[in-house]
Amino acid sequence: MTTLTSATPPKKKSKRPKAEPTVLFDAPGPKARRRNAILTVLGVVVVAGILYAIYHRLDQADQFQGRLWKPFVEGSTWTKYILPGLGGTLKAAVVAAVLALLFGVVFGLGRMSDHAWLRVPSAIVVEFFRAIPLLLLIFFIFSGPATIATGLNREPPHISAFTAVVAGLMLYNGSVLAEIFRSGIQSLPRGQSEAAYAIGLRKNAVMRLILVPQATTAMLPAIISQLVVLLKDSALGYIIAYEELLNEGFKQIPANYGNLLPAAIVISVIYILLNLTLSRIATVLERRSRRSRKSSAPTMAAGAPTQIESGMGNAAF
Amino acid sequence: MNWDVLFDFSPFAKESDKVLEAFWATIRLSATTGVLSLILGTLLVAMRVSPTPVLRAIGTFYVNTFRNTPLTLILVFCSLGLSDTLKINISDETSVNSFWLAVFGFSAYTAAFVCESLRAGINTVPLGQAEAARAIGLPFTQSLRLVILPQAFRASIAPLGSVLIAMIKNSTVVLVAGYIEAAAQMRQMFEDYGATLPIFLGFAAGFMVLTLPAGLLVSHLSKRLAVIR
Amino acid sequence: MLVRKFGVALAALAATSMVASGCSAKKESTVDGKKELIVGVKADQPGMGLNTPQGYQGIDIDVANYIAKKLGATKVTFKEAKSANRESFLANGTVDMVVATYSITPERLPKVTFGGPWVITHQDILVRANDSAIKSVDDLKGKKLCQVSGSNSWKRVTEEKKVAAKLVPAQGYEDCITKLKGGTVDAVSTDATILAGYAQREGTAFKLVNAPFTDEKYGVGLKKGDKKGCEAVNKAITDMYKDGTAKQLWDKWFGKTNLKFDATQPPAQGCS
Repeated sequence: MTTLTSATPPKKKSKRPKAEPTVLFDAPGPKARRRNAILTVLGVVVVAGILYAIYHRLDQADQFQGRLWKPFVEGSTWTKYILPGLGGTLKAAVVAAVLALLFGVVFGLGRMSDHAWLRVPSAIVVEFFRAIPLLLLIFFIFSGPATIATGLNREPPHISAFTAVVAGLMLYNGSVLAEIFRSGIQSLPRGQSEAAYAIGLRKNAVMRLILVPQATTAMLPAIISQLVVLLKDSALGYIIAYEELLNEGFKQIPANYGNLLPAAIVISVIYILLNLTLSRIATVLERRSRRSRKSSAPTMAAGAPTQIESGMGNAAF
Repeated sequence: MNWDVLFDFSPFAKESDKVLEAFWATIRLSATTGVLSLILGTLLVAMRVSPTPVLRAIGTFYVNTFRNTPLTLILVFCSLGLSDTLKINISDETSVNSFWLAVFGFSAYTAAFVCESLRAGINTVPLGQAEAARAIGLPFTQSLRLVILPQAFRASIAPLGSVLIAMIKNSTVVLVAGYIEAAAQMRQMFEDYGATLPIFLGFAAGFMVLTLPAGLLVSHLSKRLAVIR
Repeated sequence: MLVRKFGVALAALAATSMVASGCSAKKESTVDGKKELIVGVKADQPGMGLNTPQGYQGIDIDVANYIAKKLGATKVTFKEAKSANRESFLANGTVDMVVATYSITPERLPKVTFGGPWVITHQDILVRANDSAIKSVDDLKGKKLCQVSGSNSWKRVTEEKKVAAKLVPAQGYEDCITKLKGGTVDAVSTDATILAGYAQREGTAFKLVNAPFTDEKYGVGLKKGDKKGCEAVNKAITDMYKDGTAKQLWDKWFGKTNLKFDATQPPAQGCS
């Protein structure tokens, strides 16, 4: 599809003809250039004003003292808090991602089953976990089993914060992934499965040999952008005291040095870089699968309007 | 055997006013955030598609920053950073203050997603529409206002709707900013009565009551208002 | 397929990391005379147990080291034990001993053998240094009191003492301290030792009201049934009070606050 906002911003000295920077507006004439200049100055002034206001506030609150920032240039802060925290985040995210993919495949296929006894429960599970807030789920997984086991005179299981975070992420994102898988396979042209049945393949083989391989290519960007969501959701572990990046960097470091605001800035930069890298991978894959003609499915873009539940529409990302 | 942990819904009867109050808080928070983030998001998308490179850069920077920072961090920052450290407060009344701080952080975050869904909507408007608008002599602002955005808003209803539903679910995270809403109430009841299955299911159902009609409305609207091409 | 290989690699990685993070606990019947001790402590309580870049620090740590030495241990390692997992850590042998603001309560006695108590602390109130309006629990009426989710301390004020304080929710005592500094709350109430730990860190910003209203007996948690270890721990605590170490440690960690030290050793609970 052609897009109105071209991906490459108009460069003044590019070789492209000046007349067509994007379709939304003409190449600026003298009047438009003046207006652009005014808007540029205005934009810069407003941003500078906001930055100054922030600076002033921070300065007033003595947030620029060297001792508040010093911990971040010391190796021990990184080895003691930030890197273990990052490790905790990645560990939870990776384990949860693997489990969520498995969960998604099982329930996504379950929902497309020919047998109602498989299809209906799968649909209920997927819709339930998609409809409730992830945080409620994590709270319940964290403390529910012990209460219930005690009530039923059983030995209460020990549910660690890690287990609760991973299980919550798995159930929620797994349900979303199940829907991505289902819509990915359903987006394939009907002729593909009809042709496969016509040459005598069974349902199992049609799925395995024809539909899944094609759908995988199409779904990859949507899957990856869901994994970005999962990674960001792992920060909910902060609330139940799982030792992830937010907890180590935003609770432990300020507890030692009293530098809440600097810690917030450093930690958010780490998160942004981490997520941008992953999103970048999604974009590259998307472009690549668009190029390859092996699949007859339209590529499901990360967060595209056609894909309601991917990327954008999720819980605490 | 104490089967209450599986079947006893009576805590809801005992705490009915608190539970209703908590859900009302969730609704108020979501409604206010919805309006504010829609305004801010529209402003951002206008910047992101504008002819002025500086405005575009600002818009992109904003979206990349807020979209990739965990909501938990933003909200904790609003509470402990803005209010307690920088002493930026809106009201002396604690509950009012925490409400607006939460709305502030939550809207700033949601606006980035609103902006992205609107932009996705703009991308669905066929090239010819913009070309035709320009051909009849409309400048950027007018072609955006009269031709592109009305179509883009319609195409954005589905993604905006999922942002809305996600926002209602995300509102649970606001408990870290010290505002008592449904999730905070559930956690309190877990402490008072134990983390029983009925309490969890009750709150889950409460959220479904909020999100499912929103979902139905959105899919109805997006079908009704779809631009037939 | 590349994707599939990637998935297998991820699964393998996850499995390895899970194995690596699991603990291989050696089980021995008593801590008395054990050469290597693993002690469960708090990691986020300044003054009590705090995980710093220089290692764990706090009075719990020093007390644990003292007791471990008296028990004949040559190597002591510390491990974070959160309030919720102290019992299970002792039961499954993840740690040999818990010194982590661990109150001896009737509910815990069936699951844990307690040595000590090594100190009796009380619930108290922390206010800003320039606040002279709050002198007792009753003065909290109408004041903004920090309400930490998962802690019962605020309930003792508003429900047991029936003082109508305005509750301001927070995620933990660290947050409460930030809020107290910023003026979002007027008072924080919990164990005096915990409050004093923060007060000492923050310098002159805060003061303790010194209006104690409950007893918290901090014990040394041991695996259920370790009577021999319990008696050895009690003997070590007696020594700690006799040779002046208790006072010395108290001054080291709470000396700059107005938290009082009780020089008489709290009566031992008896080992069961």
